[in-house]
Amino acid sequence: MEVGLMQRQWVEYTKSLFLEDFLDSQFIELQKLQDEGNPDFIAEVVSLFFEDSERLLNDLTAALAQPDVDFQKIDGHVHQLKGSSSSIGAQRVKNVCITMRSFCEEQNIEGCLRCLQQLKQEICLVKNKLENLFRMEQQIVAAGGSIPTTELIF
Amino acid sequence: MSTASSSSVRKAGEAVPDQFPVGLRVLVVDDDPTCLMILEKMLRICRYDVTNCSRAEDALSLLRRYKNGFDIVLSDVHMPDMDGFKLLEYIGLEMDLPVIMMSVDDGKNVVMKGVTHGACDYLIKPVRIEAIKNIWQHVVRKRKNEWKDLEQSGCVDDVVDRQQKTNEDADYSSSANEGSWKNSKRRKEDVEDVEERDDSSTLKKPRVVWSVELHQQFMAAVNQLGIDKAVPKKILELMNVPGLTRENVASHLQKYRLYLRRVSGITQHQSNLNNTFMSAQDVFGSSLNGLDLRTLAAAGQLQPQSLATLQAAGFGRSTVKSSMPMPLVDQRNHIFSFENPKLRFGDEQQQHLNGSKSMNLLHGIPTTMEPKQLANLQQSAQSHGNMTMQVSAQGSQSSSQPQARAQILKESTSTSVTRLPPTSQQPILPNGTASGGYSVVSPASTMLNFPEFPGNSFPLQSTPGMSSVVPKGRFPDDVNSNINRSEGFVPNYDMFRDLHPQKPHDWDLQHVGVTFDMSQGSLNVPSSAFAHQGYAASSQQNGQNRNASTAGKAMFLLDKRSDNGNEQSISQQLDPRFVDGSVRVKAERAPDTSSQTDLFSEHFGPEDLMSAVLKQQQGSIAAAESELEWMFHHNTPV
Repeated sequence: MEVGLMQRQWVEYTKSLFLEDFLDSQFIELQKLQDEGNPDFIAEVVSLFFEDSERLLNDLTAALAQPDVDFQKIDGHVHQLKGSSSSIGAQRVKNVCITMRSFCEEQNIEGCLRCLQQLKQEICLVKNKLENLFRMEQQIVAAGGSIPTTELIF
Repeated sequence: MSTASSSSVRKAGEAVPDQFPVGLRVLVVDDDPTCLMILEKMLRICRYDVTNCSRAEDALSLLRRYKNGFDIVLSDVHMPDMDGFKLLEYIGLEMDLPVIMMSVDDGKNVVMKGVTHGACDYLIKPVRIEAIKNIWQHVVRKRKNEWKDLEQSGCVDDVVDRQQKTNEDADYSSSANEGSWKNSKRRKEDVEDVEERDDSSTLKKPRVVWSVELHQQFMAAVNQLGIDKAVPKKILELMNVPGLTRENVASHLQKYRLYLRRVSGITQHQSNLNNTFMSAQDVFGSSLNGLDLRTLAAAGQLQPQSLATLQAAGFGRSTVKSSMPMPLVDQRNHIFSFENPKLRFGDEQQQHLNGSKSMNLLHGIPTTMEPKQLANLQQSAQSHGNMTMQVSAQGSQSSSQPQARAQILKESTSTSVTRLPPTSQQPILPNGTASGGYSVVSPASTMLNFPEFPGNSFPLQSTPGMSSVVPKGRFPDDVNSNINRSEGFVPNYDMFRDLHPQKPHDWDLQHVGVTFDMSQGSLNVPSSAFAHQGYAASSQQNGQNRNASTAGKAMFLLDKRSDNGNEQSISQQLDPRFVDGSVRVKAERAPDTSSQTDLFSEHFGPEDLMSAVLKQQQGSIAAAESELEWMFHHNTPV
């Protein structure tokens, strides 16, 4: 596949991610931080996020499985997840976190469990999307092209 | 928890002066590794020197270890091991660095909490690089405010302008060890020469520089009036200095009170001591750097014995050891100079000191004295009378916080120490029986003469509570002095420790104050190797009172930097210095303390928050520093 085509595909894909709220402007901020000196910055941060979120999800699952649910603890985990997801721009994940926090406040276990499920889904989704994106980027670079700069126009 | 980075910090000196804020030394604390990584990246892009930590405890120890190593701290609000606000408080108390809070939480309550706890900014996550780019403004602003304090108190003014113009660049680029503080300090010194600077940052007012002599007069007046009655108008009358306005006196009085407050809050924790030391160093570090050498050189010869003592104390580590200019000389200047050098030491020694923990500069004098020592002192003090204890008596007045102190004070009551309005914030000022305001010291003059005033020395003893708590504020001075004198205890530190059971941060400066005292006490000691010897004290003390005041002043400045923890260190630091002139120092302190008590009572009446806020806002540090600064400036380098 020639570079130009790959680049266009990449742009389209990126746009869709934004349009579907998988990513938000923060992701663009992250992209700005990446440069030649640090070409893998985003990839590193993102993988760090996924590692961390996996841990948090496990903690949440365990906490919600307790006979006596400690909502404060859960809120703490969710808060952290909210922070890290917003840091990388994973908007949908962040939104679920917000919803889950209000369920925590209400001490609504059902609600929390549903949210937990949603979180797992969203994280999985955005992980796949980003993996696709990175793969495309690698292909572009391998083919000698450069990755277009993302500008949030819409 | 990575700490990394300090490498860049240390080599800051190489930075180009014109590249401010390049090289700004930032400490980032966040338990979220993703955020931490992103923040670090952003900060590096802004060309700041970044150190990151994922735990608050690590951050605190880093800050304590490298006292002058950072210019600003960015901290997350929600952290597992310590609440971000708590960390914020500690930093404000111990190091007084600008702190920016961050959180994904943007609720009004949380943001308000940040404000009330003293954060200089609150960023909502995800943090954007634009926000990161501008964090340097908080560092500059803080410095500027400190300068302003100086100005407002009638001292050097327009330091800010000058400082900013000249220092901005240099500050950040100066060697890491210096810390921005130092730079500012240095600048302040420079600025002092420039009386005519435009005061764009503050109101135009006649410039009054509070020289050591002037401060001495001030303290004498306050002492004479009694801490309770020391109002600017009367002080002004007593001082009878042409050209001095009531306003000048009022602002100076306020600073003094803050200082006392801080001093009384000195905690006895070792770490604090260390920190204090470091902080003191920081404070003075910058300014002192230049002076250090001179002072040291000059002072160097001062009391070899004191030096020795100090060294014995373990202070020796610092380079100061040899040079410790323990100015036994009566000149106040010396005291200051000592302080400075010492402070300087701090920088270098910081780590060193930290290790030693007890900055026992005063070896004999348990400057770092951990509370236990104080306790000892107290015990002895009790027998002596309450010179210092009086302070405790006063303490009763204070609010809960100072309870520890207050108790001590109360118990000691024997002498007229009434002073210490033990509001939590108030430093325990031993109003001193005699002098009335100055805690312990007041009888201080008596106290100083241990031989004469047996009771003096350990007023602490009388109060059980006191035992370990040395009234932070003035009290320590007295206590220490007394204690030291009479028994050579120097447990001052102990006392302080106890004193501070609760809010270490209230007294961040207190710590300094305490140290001061201790040093005083110890100072006395040093002369005799902390022993009760030297006291020849009574006479010395009188003479030294002057010194004490000076020292006190220095302490004052140090306070700023030190936090509870610092206090100890500071005291330690000072001690060596004072050792020589300790007696002197103390004497002075007494009156000061008493006056301070008044001050405090007035000021501390309000809730802790108020005081805390006051403290922070008034830049106790600024005050302290400014005091030191101006003192330093005005004192002829030893």
